[in-house]
Amino acid sequence: MSMSKHPHLHDHEVILDVRHLGVAYGKVEALHDVSLTIRRGEIVTVIGPNGAGKTTLLAALMGLLPATGDIVYMGHAQGREREVEALVRHGMTLVPEKRELFAEMSVEDNLLLGAFDRYRSGHRDQMETMDEVFELFPRLEERRAQLAGTLSGGERQMLAMGRALMAKPKLLMLDEPSLGLAPLIIKEIFRIIGELKQTGVAILLVEQNARAALQIADYGYVLETGEVSLAGPSQELAADPRVIESYLGLGHKH
Amino acid sequence: MDLQILLLLGQDGVTNGAIYALLALALVLVFAVTRVIFIPQGEFVAYGALTLAALQAGKVPGTVWLLLALGTTVALLDGVRLLREGRFRKLPPLLIFNVGIPLLCAGGLFVVPPTQLPLWAQVAVSMLLVVPLGPMIYRVAYQPLASASVLVLLIVSVAVHLALIGLGLLFFGAEGSRTPAFTEISFELAGAPLQGQTILVIVASALLIIGLYFFFERTLYGKALRATAMNRTGARLMGIPPALAGQLCFTLAAAIGAFSGILIAPITTIYYDSGFLIGLKGFVGAIIGGLASYPVAALGAALVGLLESYSSFYASAFKEVIVFTLIIPVLLWRSLTTKHVEEEE
Amino acid sequence: MRRQLPLAVFIALLAAGPLLLPEFSITLLNYIGLYAIVAVGLVLLTGVGGLTSFGQAAFVGIGAYTTAWMTTAHGVSPWLTLSIGLVVTAAVALFLGFITLRMGGHYLPLGTIAWGISLYFLFGNVEFLGGHTGITGIPPVSLFGWEMKSGRDFYYLIWLVVLLAILALRNLLDSREGRAIRALKGGAVMAEAMGINTPRAKIVIFLIAALLASISGWLYAHLQRFVNPTPFSLTQGIEYLFMAVVGGIGHVWGAVLGAGLITVLKQWLQDWLPQILGQSGNFEIIVFGVAVVLILQKARDGLWPVILRLLPAPSRQRAVPQAPALDRRPAPPAGTLLLEANGVTKRFGGLVANNNMSLTVRAGEVMALIGPNGAGKSTMFNCISAVDPASEGKIAFLGASTASLAARDIASRGMSRTFQHVRLLGQMSVLENVAIGAHLRGSRGALAAALRLDRAEEQRLLAEAARQIERVGLAEHMFDAAGSLALGQQRIVEIARALCSDPCLLLLDEPAAGLRYREKQALAELLRRLRGEGMGILLVEHDMDFVMGLADRVVVMEFGEKIAEGAPEAVQRDPKVLEAYLGGVE
Repeated sequence: MSMSKHPHLHDHEVILDVRHLGVAYGKVEALHDVSLTIRRGEIVTVIGPNGAGKTTLLAALMGLLPATGDIVYMGHAQGREREVEALVRHGMTLVPEKRELFAEMSVEDNLLLGAFDRYRSGHRDQMETMDEVFELFPRLEERRAQLAGTLSGGERQMLAMGRALMAKPKLLMLDEPSLGLAPLIIKEIFRIIGELKQTGVAILLVEQNARAALQIADYGYVLETGEVSLAGPSQELAADPRVIESYLGLGHKH
Repeated sequence: MDLQILLLLGQDGVTNGAIYALLALALVLVFAVTRVIFIPQGEFVAYGALTLAALQAGKVPGTVWLLLALGTTVALLDGVRLLREGRFRKLPPLLIFNVGIPLLCAGGLFVVPPTQLPLWAQVAVSMLLVVPLGPMIYRVAYQPLASASVLVLLIVSVAVHLALIGLGLLFFGAEGSRTPAFTEISFELAGAPLQGQTILVIVASALLIIGLYFFFERTLYGKALRATAMNRTGARLMGIPPALAGQLCFTLAAAIGAFSGILIAPITTIYYDSGFLIGLKGFVGAIIGGLASYPVAALGAALVGLLESYSSFYASAFKEVIVFTLIIPVLLWRSLTTKHVEEEE
Repeated sequence: MRRQLPLAVFIALLAAGPLLLPEFSITLLNYIGLYAIVAVGLVLLTGVGGLTSFGQAAFVGIGAYTTAWMTTAHGVSPWLTLSIGLVVTAAVALFLGFITLRMGGHYLPLGTIAWGISLYFLFGNVEFLGGHTGITGIPPVSLFGWEMKSGRDFYYLIWLVVLLAILALRNLLDSREGRAIRALKGGAVMAEAMGINTPRAKIVIFLIAALLASISGWLYAHLQRFVNPTPFSLTQGIEYLFMAVVGGIGHVWGAVLGAGLITVLKQWLQDWLPQILGQSGNFEIIVFGVAVVLILQKARDGLWPVILRLLPAPSRQRAVPQAPALDRRPAPPAGTLLLEANGVTKRFGGLVANNNMSLTVRAGEVMALIGPNGAGKSTMFNCISAVDPASEGKIAFLGASTASLAARDIASRGMSRTFQHVRLLGQMSVLENVAIGAHLRGSRGALAAALRLDRAEEQRLLAEAARQIERVGLAEHMFDAAGSLALGQQRIVEIARALCSDPCLLLLDEPAAGLRYREKQALAELLRRLRGEGMGILLVEHDMDFVMGLADRVVVMEFGEKIAEGAPEAVQRDPKVLEAYLGGVE
């Protein structure tokens, strides 16, 4: 991956700046002209209906899919060939919708592998980082020897997040962390996301559970059929009649 | 049935079975991590054995030239990219590994006649000449096609296998070789002679398997390989590059292959094209394990060795027919007991 | 017409060949033809069907050895031994197919490697087959008293078989059975849900490929007039695959190109390499192996697609197929209980995806299944359509339990579905994709298709597909590749495909996802019309406005369980539903 200095950007607060991002599967455009910005210590949410392109957006940012447009990450303009591994090294992590855990390995091994790139670059502080993760998710410590494939849905999400945190990320991208979880667990997960914000990590939260996402986020984007249809501070979005109508669904019947 | 013959054949079977088991493990590993069905696995066996034989005969093995050629190709391919991206710090290790070490080996062989080296050093030099071919072949042939279908990777495997066979003939000639036994010790077991070499093969194989177990269970790199095999996307998201995983497991496969070749070189006469059938028998073991389970694959390979040994005694013309037909009932059994669940692409 | 020109030139050159070329070139062309026949079979098996076989050379061997032994030892006529060889081949192929094709993955290639090796050693070790020296003195083939003794005589027979094989294969692929075969690559789940018997389709193509190989073997034996085991070894089996892959495994003509290229390349290398290297040996395989790796790195789909780009673009069929409508099943009267699921539980390992779910759907109503992402709605769909059967509980469709039924049996009883993740064949036209849905409404098989005896039925199936495409409002895209449509439109294509099977119960998994406002309105209108016609519709959807304006009844799922059921207005006021949908962090 090539990371050349971006000449116009001196704002160190900005972690990720995306302009005119486009992704196409063959001839079919899945994302069109998407722009968004995330700053340090900020939670930005992308909400929208299923099929709007939210997961595609994260995959493109993470380098899993080829994309057009300008991506500036940590002040460095990203070249055409973005490699997942290089982005991980520079502190970008993705907790995917499917979690993608290593099912036949223990919780502890899953966490250790989260720090693989740091280990490879010579850092040997995995045990301390793991203790920090256990502090956030005490449930994982109880299950540290258990195989990841035997965990419950909520524990899997915790493990996926914990594993991402083992890389000490600067930007944490979460794809539908509430997927398939019971309300109590969702609350717990969102509480932890709020706590993470205090550590200074920037969080890009993709959610279909719009209300919960907007409650916790600083800024929000609404993605529809591959394009950003609305954007603004979350409080404003949450009150916007168009958002209430479409995504908070039953909201107006209250 | 004569007990003595039974034991003798059993010995043979277990020895070969141990080798097949090692190869089966390597095949399962390579397939799980890279989706490559590694047909050239057997060529590493032949290269390992024949390189050692050439050293012991006082010749410079042709493997050196292949190593130099492939190393230079890798250095060129990666070097150009590193230069273009301005990552100069990565250049020295690239050059040392791919060009420096091969040059050193070649030079050393001309300075010090290999026949004067002790056995262990001859073995070490052979490994040094053959094992790096694994990751280099991965880099040159497979890495550009890492995302291709299993079929395309399989065809590439076959093409690499053919090229290596042809090179083997060029390097080592059509004559077979057999190296002197590592040990002349012999025991007696229930009236049948038990060769020290046989014990050596079994013990070395067992040690290698234990070593691999520790690598996969106790080291982060080993875990990273297992992780890649389990969930490729998940592994990439952890920053485990598929290319690194690929090169690592090709290194292991090459090492296992070359080491197996060196182990059996004193027992069997190895020709430049012997590897294919040996590798395929490892394959039968791997298939018995469903290309997924290491222990079952190893057991299957041992079974292949025993079956081969006994059938070569009772129906030697049909030895290969019997060994390879073994797959059919195994597949039938698997087909009847496994419930097929479609994998999501 | 311009499209046909290269083909006409090719055939003209082929026909003129023996008049112009020296003996050596004729021999080479004969071999290319023999190889091409086998490789064409591999295109069907591997390129179209996605199954790999290394054992084709062994099938060639069966064809060759059957005729060699019977004509020499028993004086049987070669024309009779051709059919006997085909019968033996078919028996072996069916047996192998039965044990390896039921499983997915890599069992077929591995099984064929093993059987290829076994058969080779068997040929070499069986006394009456001549061992490694083989069988000599095979009589020539004669036709109406004309004995084909020379390669020049044989040339036309070989290339006639090549062209006929290609013609038959192209006919087959452009038919009901052909679409079923092509659907294999889209995954068994979709094909089975459309009523296709996928294990049978796999066996059919394995059989066809084996029979073609056997014919090639028969030709080989009578061309050479002697056989030994070498040309039927695993190495040759691998080489056939080489030819097909290098030529372009997805294209019938790629097989001919690959056979020609590889044969000429090997010949050329064998002639020149010893002169360059200064010593003789089997060195051509070095260059050959390296060349194949390079070709695949530059063109992993093979060389034919590269050539195809130079040829004029194919003119896609433009005329909308017209034919009398297909017979329809008697529709159950409105209000009939179509589907009844009771206490359905589905577990994946330790995860309970569905717990004690119950619901009913009646004819002429829209039942909506809603709930947050991951609540287990798609799992419920898979249980109902038997794509992934339930662990516990009862599901009855039209009053009969579906417990022991496969997905295709349920499809044949009148249930059809769409998928959350679109399962279309992107390269195929919308029309062909939709026609897959009509699979169960036709009956003509592979042989009829290859001989073009299926055209009347085929026209009716395509006409039905065209009607359904017009019905869902995609008439203007009928001849476009399905993969070139927007994702939302692809979902609508799936609805047309499902409708094509003439269902009485339609399962729609998020049909409105990715649609724009107007498209959603059109979809709602369509579903209302279908309901008016007495169709039962079970709908999974997220868009509340869409669901609430359309559904007669709603079941709300959360965390794998039903938390509410009733009329849309009542469900919307249910506190548990409000909590599930709106409850965020407080």
